[in-house]
Amino acid sequence: MARVEERIEVGIGSSPAAEVSTRPRSRGDLARLPWVSFFIIAVLVLVAVLAPLVAPHSATEQSLPDKLRPPAWQEGGSTKHLLGTDVLGRDVLSRLIYGARVSLIVAAAALLAGGGVGLMVGIVSGYLGGRVDSFLMRVVDATLTFPTILIALLLAVSLGQGLQTIAIAITVLIWARFARVVRGEVLAVKARDFVALARVHGCSHLRIMAIHIVPNVLNTFMVLLTLHIGFVIIVEASLSFLGAGIPPPTPSWGQMVADGRSHIASAWWLSVVPGAAIMLVVLAFNLFGDWLRDWLDPRLRQV
Amino acid sequence: MNAAEPIVLEVKDLRAYLYTRWGVVRAVDGVSFALGEGETLGLVGESGCGKTMTGLSILRLLPEPAGRIVQGQVLLEGENLVTKSEAEMRRVRGRRISMILQDPQTSLNPVFTVGDQLVEALRMLHTDGERALSHRAEEALRRVKVAAPEQRMRAYPHQMSGGMKQRVVGAIAVAGEPRVLIADEPTTALDVTIQLQYLTLLKEIQARTRLAMLFITHDFGIVARMCDRVAVMYAGRIVESGPTRALFRNPRHPYTEALMASVPRMEASVERLPSIEGQPPPLHDLPVGCRFAPRCRYADDRCRREYPPTFPIGPAHEAACWRVEPSPSSR
Repeated sequence: MARVEERIEVGIGSSPAAEVSTRPRSRGDLARLPWVSFFIIAVLVLVAVLAPLVAPHSATEQSLPDKLRPPAWQEGGSTKHLLGTDVLGRDVLSRLIYGARVSLIVAAAALLAGGGVGLMVGIVSGYLGGRVDSFLMRVVDATLTFPTILIALLLAVSLGQGLQTIAIAITVLIWARFARVVRGEVLAVKARDFVALARVHGCSHLRIMAIHIVPNVLNTFMVLLTLHIGFVIIVEASLSFLGAGIPPPTPSWGQMVADGRSHIASAWWLSVVPGAAIMLVVLAFNLFGDWLRDWLDPRLRQV
Repeated sequence: MNAAEPIVLEVKDLRAYLYTRWGVVRAVDGVSFALGEGETLGLVGESGCGKTMTGLSILRLLPEPAGRIVQGQVLLEGENLVTKSEAEMRRVRGRRISMILQDPQTSLNPVFTVGDQLVEALRMLHTDGERALSHRAEEALRRVKVAAPEQRMRAYPHQMSGGMKQRVVGAIAVAGEPRVLIADEPTTALDVTIQLQYLTLLKEIQARTRLAMLFITHDFGIVARMCDRVAVMYAGRIVESGPTRALFRNPRHPYTEALMASVPRMEASVERLPSIEGQPPPLHDLPVGCRFAPRCRYADDRCRREYPPTFPIGPAHEAACWRVEPSPSSR
């Protein structure tokens, strides 16, 4: 993250007039909360957790007489199926709700694993430098050259389809992105005098990494994490779309878009509804990440 | 040096080289000096002459993996630091030798409050509980004359001025009651008015704790105000050292002389300040003889051939220059 070099000085010397705000998180911040994205994320999480309670129908139960019903507001639609039904007569809304679970579980697992590995590799690589750094960064380079979808497809084929496979595939693909950005940040932080002074004060390398480096790269890391939630959801959707993702009949958003593709002219809602859901959620997480960056930075928080 | 003061830190023929891909940079090349209790030694010289490297090698914090101490001793109260293990050095740093760096803007961790950082530093020195530590931290801030310490404890570094931050850095540096403080141009980044305040503060701390100070600077004004003795460094070596007064009155090494001449004076009106022609030699490719010879207007063949030994000039005043060699007749 491009750090805005801070030169905002409050007061001069020991003048008592230099009052500082001592409430780190003031009420003013509430006004700047990204309410829209908060709302979308909250709805997504709630719906995913409470799926069996919220969903009006089963996500997998077929009912051929009800097939291809349009959404309620269209001619021929009914309030029984708010977002219509698919080719097999399954309720689109219910599938969307259960699909949110898949998206969230995959995103959480992949980001926890990939982000964690990336953070550690980045910190070690950036802090130690030298040969360790060269080696780790070449591994990162190599990883980043993998064509995303191809590798995921290969893994899906070799490990068998399923939630786990997708999570592993995405982890393998994203850890390097985290590692590279974190390393860059570590290099910048490491060069600052407070790290040298910590050494002067008798800190060990491990302690410096833990209490000086990690907190300083955590902002960037958290922002990267939120920005990647969207990415992961899209990769999961792409894989499912290509048939290497969650095996049917478990609903997933990507799978739904894929299934609806051949009916796009006659039954647009089959693809458009899950597609819109993906877009909204990814957008919400990205906006949230933007806000998080400002909020986590003590300099921007209190200006 | 006042002979009555016990010597706290003694550096003997210290050589610290940096092994880079361009060759061996002889950053510190045979530096010797001694520091008495409560004494301030000014280490003066141009940028890149090895002042900071001298400070860092005393703490054994040369840039890794390039930097290495290849020869010499650093005796802290008689113990040689050069041969100590890294774990032993960690117990020396902060507790017995501390350091202040030039730039207060980056000397504090931006994501923690000042209080947290002081407490963190104190935690390494004391086994007190959280409450006692934060009490100590407040006390430490009060001692470096930070107004309203209770409030400052909760401030982030970016909410403070440069001078204030440097005070906090000072508070952290002396928290462990070190015997030696290495101050590496601590006021260069401060306003002139704040500079004076800060120097006064350092003097006060020194008077209270009797710590020995190695004051690295290129500002002769600060030297005159702060230092008991001065050592002038050029290209990795000390070329002249002596009591501040003697050195100012009677600089003997041509380099010291030239440095003094380039300091602006109030009384003399000059069109243009004299400057020293040329550049210091690159530290990885030093001339055979006197390192100042290429820029020295008195240099002769012997200067270019042989590095001069250090000759005594007056009480505790010595210089490494052939011109001050006592002539055989006057011996």
